[in-house]
Amino acid sequence: MLEVKNLSFSIQESRSNLEIINDISFTLPEGELLVITGPNGGGKSTLARLIMGIAQPTGGRILFDGTDLTDLSVTERARLGIGYAFQQPPRFKGLTVRKLLSLAHGATLPEDECCQYLTNVGLCSKDYLNREVDNSLSGGEVKRIEIASILARSPKLAIFDEPEAGIDLWSFSMLVDTFRRMHAAGERSLIIISHQERLISLADKIMVVDHGIVRAYGSRDEIYPSLMGQFSCGYNTKGEAI
Amino acid sequence: MIDRLDAELLEQIAGFHDIPTGAYNIRKNSVAAGRNSTEHIEILSKEDKPGIDIRIASGTKNESVHIPVIITEAGIEETVYNDFFVGDDCDVLIIAGCGIHNSGDQKSEHDGVHRFFIGKNSHVKYVERHYGSGEGTGERVMNPHTQVEIGENSVCEMEMVQIKGVDSTVRGMDAVLSANAKIVVTERLMTHGNQKARSDMRIELNGAGSSAQVVSRSVARDASEQVFNPCAVGNNACAAHIQCDSIIMDTAKIRSIPEIAANHPDAQVIHEAAIGRINNDQLLKLESFGMTETEAEEIIIQGFLR
Repeated sequence: MLEVKNLSFSIQESRSNLEIINDISFTLPEGELLVITGPNGGGKSTLARLIMGIAQPTGGRILFDGTDLTDLSVTERARLGIGYAFQQPPRFKGLTVRKLLSLAHGATLPEDECCQYLTNVGLCSKDYLNREVDNSLSGGEVKRIEIASILARSPKLAIFDEPEAGIDLWSFSMLVDTFRRMHAAGERSLIIISHQERLISLADKIMVVDHGIVRAYGSRDEIYPSLMGQFSCGYNTKGEAI
Repeated sequence: MIDRLDAELLEQIAGFHDIPTGAYNIRKNSVAAGRNSTEHIEILSKEDKPGIDIRIASGTKNESVHIPVIITEAGIEETVYNDFFVGDDCDVLIIAGCGIHNSGDQKSEHDGVHRFFIGKNSHVKYVERHYGSGEGTGERVMNPHTQVEIGENSVCEMEMVQIKGVDSTVRGMDAVLSANAKIVVTERLMTHGNQKARSDMRIELNGAGSSAQVVSRSVARDASEQVFNPCAVGNNACAAHIQCDSIIMDTAKIRSIPEIAANHPDAQVIHEAAIGRINNDQLLKLESFGMTETEAEEIIIQGFLR
């Protein structure tokens, strides 16, 4: 179970304090799927990075299965079972897809298992196993390999940062099925940052984050109906609800 | 004749434990320690200076030549001249390399001058590995110089790797290409401690349709220093691409001075050069797989120098 308590993150910008995340609290029980949505620049990715330990909060605590993560490194959090699929995954010269998946898994993966992970993200596996994760791959390909690496890692809590970005429609259906299956398996907790209706509709809970605060939070049935149409015209230019 | 230390050096530079098959010449502490010529590949000692002539007959296909050099005594300083004469229509693999184990306090130095004369329609792959070991304070120095003349329609692939233990290197390469000839140079270099390495390269594309591709990747750690100066000169309708990519760590210094020149309107000559730290997102990605920062660095460097 993940417990986020009064989490804040601010940066100094020309003498004033800019609040990126402002006092966010929530609990994610084991096996639950939370979709975080909201306008660009609202703080969603920062929230994910704070949970993974890539950024350090300026206030609040994060607990995972009772352990206080707040002062732990990325490595330590990973070892406790947290995984994070980057919004913009880095590329690696000389590292093959197969090697990357094995590194994610923590041990050398048999070929058929690698292929299964790649198939689950809509990649024809034979073509990719021995390719390097470098600039020769398109953005969508790198993105799908990133998601496959989280499948290979199989963390207790997996965070996906806009997994739909750059992915074609056909592969996207595949991805939706993969997330559905992961969720149905029940043991893993999932956080998906997304703007995509089909991913949002998989959620147990939906959280709308905007201007660093939680605008709305509740079960899918509570939040989902009111969601559509909100992003574009639900707020005025100051971000206040109208 | 081959003891445990020799075997380790040979493994590092040539990838074999025992006497190789095919043509070979093993040089140990400045004397010949084994030689084998084959029907198509003849190895002869030079009369006038240290070194050998390797004559590869026209039409030789799928054969290899190993010419490793090992130095296990401190205080040896040598310059060796090896000439390769490759005929027409050949397809051969040449594995050279030098391993120095220095446990003394005197300098050990091997300067190799390799000249290649490649005929027409041939394919030559040349692999050169440098490796140094030994706990002595004596410097391990290797200065290879390579000259290549590539005949019409021939391809020469050169893979040069120096990953560990060489204190000082000045590498030189000059290549001259005829019509439709191609050269592919892959250079991998890692320096540690106070090591210094310099690589100068000059590729003259004289023939129409000739091409050159140079990919140089290096990692400089600790207080080591590296200088790269590759130069491609297009004298005809040709294509050349030089890419130098370096990772800098600790207090190391790297200079990259790529040079390109065109003396013909249809010469296409490109260079790219970049020096930078290991990308932070790469480290974070691997750390999010549970690796420590040091483990992540090793994986990134290993891949980069692959």
